[in-house]
Amino acid sequence: MEPIRVHEGLVYPLNRSNIDTDQIIPKQFLKRISRQGFGQFLFFNWRFNNDGEPREDFSLNKPQYKDASILVAGENFGCGSSREHAPWALQDFGFKVVIAPSFADIFYNNCTKNGILPVVLPEEKVQVLMENAETSGYRIHVDLENKRVYDSNDFEASFDLPEYQREMLLNGWDEIAVTLTHESKIDQFEDQRQVF
Amino acid sequence: MGKPKTIIEKIWDRHVVHQEEAKPDLLYIDLHLVHEVTSPQAFEGLRMKDRKVRRPDLTYATMDHNVPTIHRNVIKDQVSKTQMDTLKKNCEEFNVPLADIDHPDQGIVHVIGPELGLTQPGKTIVCGDSHTSTHGAFGALAFGIGTSEVEHVLATQTIWQAKPKTLNVKVNGKLGKGVTAKDLILAIIGKYGVKFGTGHVVEYTGEAIRSLSMEGRMTVCNMSIEGGARAGLISPDDTTIEFLRGRRHAPKGEEFEKAAEQWKSLATDEGASYDATLEINADEVEPQVTWGTNPSMCIPVSASIPTPDDATSANEKDEITRALNYMGLEAGKPISSVNIEHVFIGSCTNSRLSDLRRAADIVKGQKVNPSVRALVVPGSHSVKIAAEQEGIDVIFKEAGFEWREAGCSMCLAMNDDIVPPGERCASTSNRNFEGRQGTDARTHLVSPEMAAAAAIEGHFVDVRKFTVPTA
Repeated sequence: MEPIRVHEGLVYPLNRSNIDTDQIIPKQFLKRISRQGFGQFLFFNWRFNNDGEPREDFSLNKPQYKDASILVAGENFGCGSSREHAPWALQDFGFKVVIAPSFADIFYNNCTKNGILPVVLPEEKVQVLMENAETSGYRIHVDLENKRVYDSNDFEASFDLPEYQREMLLNGWDEIAVTLTHESKIDQFEDQRQVF
Repeated sequence: MGKPKTIIEKIWDRHVVHQEEAKPDLLYIDLHLVHEVTSPQAFEGLRMKDRKVRRPDLTYATMDHNVPTIHRNVIKDQVSKTQMDTLKKNCEEFNVPLADIDHPDQGIVHVIGPELGLTQPGKTIVCGDSHTSTHGAFGALAFGIGTSEVEHVLATQTIWQAKPKTLNVKVNGKLGKGVTAKDLILAIIGKYGVKFGTGHVVEYTGEAIRSLSMEGRMTVCNMSIEGGARAGLISPDDTTIEFLRGRRHAPKGEEFEKAAEQWKSLATDEGASYDATLEINADEVEPQVTWGTNPSMCIPVSASIPTPDDATSANEKDEITRALNYMGLEAGKPISSVNIEHVFIGSCTNSRLSDLRRAADIVKGQKVNPSVRALVVPGSHSVKIAAEQEGIDVIFKEAGFEWREAGCSMCLAMNDDIVPPGERCASTSNRNFEGRQGTDARTHLVSPEMAAAAAIEGHFVDVRKFTVPTA
């Protein structure tokens, strides 16, 4: 996967809590057998009406967010299904970073396996970003090396994530290759493994 | 004697392959279940790197999400068909056993694992599906994973996992008559919200849990993920052992007795401590109905639909308003006054033989309300056959239910079993998210009994008061 170290980009605010993976990508689009091309289905039922026309009342359809690459959302983002199509859709649409007060466990993991950086910030900080991003052209820096988020004015916040996942993201490693460096231990475990 | 341990710690410690400072543990996986939707990209990944499936003998595949439930071999949607054909091709190429669409063992992956005895206490079990938590009912550590992790497990039979925190959900007292495992888990999520379990593995304990059948325990563990917990489990006991006795993949004869002893020793030790504990009184739980767009938005069937003014924060007010709007509901009205157009009895939450039996008891001699379309989708082909041998299919069909082939069906509507826009469904599944059962479809989660009663009345009724009208 592509490494991610520092990302600078336009912020799109989606001020809703508990955004589940059925909203991120509805099930009718999970039938493809490749990893590509899911961006067109991102937030499909929110972006489009039943005739397939863009919904004017959904903010991601506004021209000001066309080039957004940083999604800011409410708590428990990505809850529900384990579908990795959710981060694939976000990534294919152009998002590289998702910021929220909290994430669902499986979704968080899935992001880190695909080079998308999930950033947990305190609720107050997320609210500030939401408000700032209402203004056209609001951009921020997300620095994974130093675990910092900042803008060109006075916004500044630090975040944390497990060191293992930070390293994977920074280096874009193939996790299977990393695991296979421990293959002899897997062999050994299998030799001694108890089977009832 | 060492320090008392929870079952979670016991299973974890037995599966650590590699441990290192500041890293997650590398855990061995005993059983990897595979289905058609979340596996194609994983097999493709193996092919691109010229990797093999390390342990096909610990891997088991079926097709469930996409399969048609009317005519087995008429798959109108070519994209679905390609996905199913791809699984078949991948299983052949990588030597993975597959319960194909017309195989007698086919069914929802979380129904057939236990049915075949593949699911056993103490195992680590993963599947590219969030409802893998179901298998925790047996005292297994079972959790959903994404496709990259599916590929990782296929290639290495291991997974990197940070040791989770432990959460005891203690269910005191006993469930009342007509109140089911489904009502219990909905009430727990209703009380503690959709993320009480995030970062934790839940162990369900207490008198009410001990009294549940294995099917009831599976229903509870199944919905752990709806409370944010990747895994939920129950310490094994005699109920667990007796369920497994004689299952195809369970040990046989003396081996079984030895295994049973081992399994029982996995139960959480007296005095073991958890990172957190939540409690609920089973006696207070009533039959539940969800009114909103996530499973925590549920109320007792006797209650009224919440109003935005009930909210304790601006955010919650906004959520209630959005949910009421999506669901087309009037705040303050009794939930029992809400009419429905569809009933779905099925899904990995509630499609096992005992679920169908209990629903059939309600339906027997009744007619489905003329304004309702009702379907029963057994969880597996074996469940379907067993139900037919008992005449359950006839009860449903005579009442006006459609009796289908096994699959995930209308739980997530990836096949043709879809709730049309704006219509309302009483569903025994696990998620009432927007659009889950079809674009703009409105889902109300209930128990099989409540779904059956709603099918007959055309609206929600308290199944405890539901009596068969005399002709």
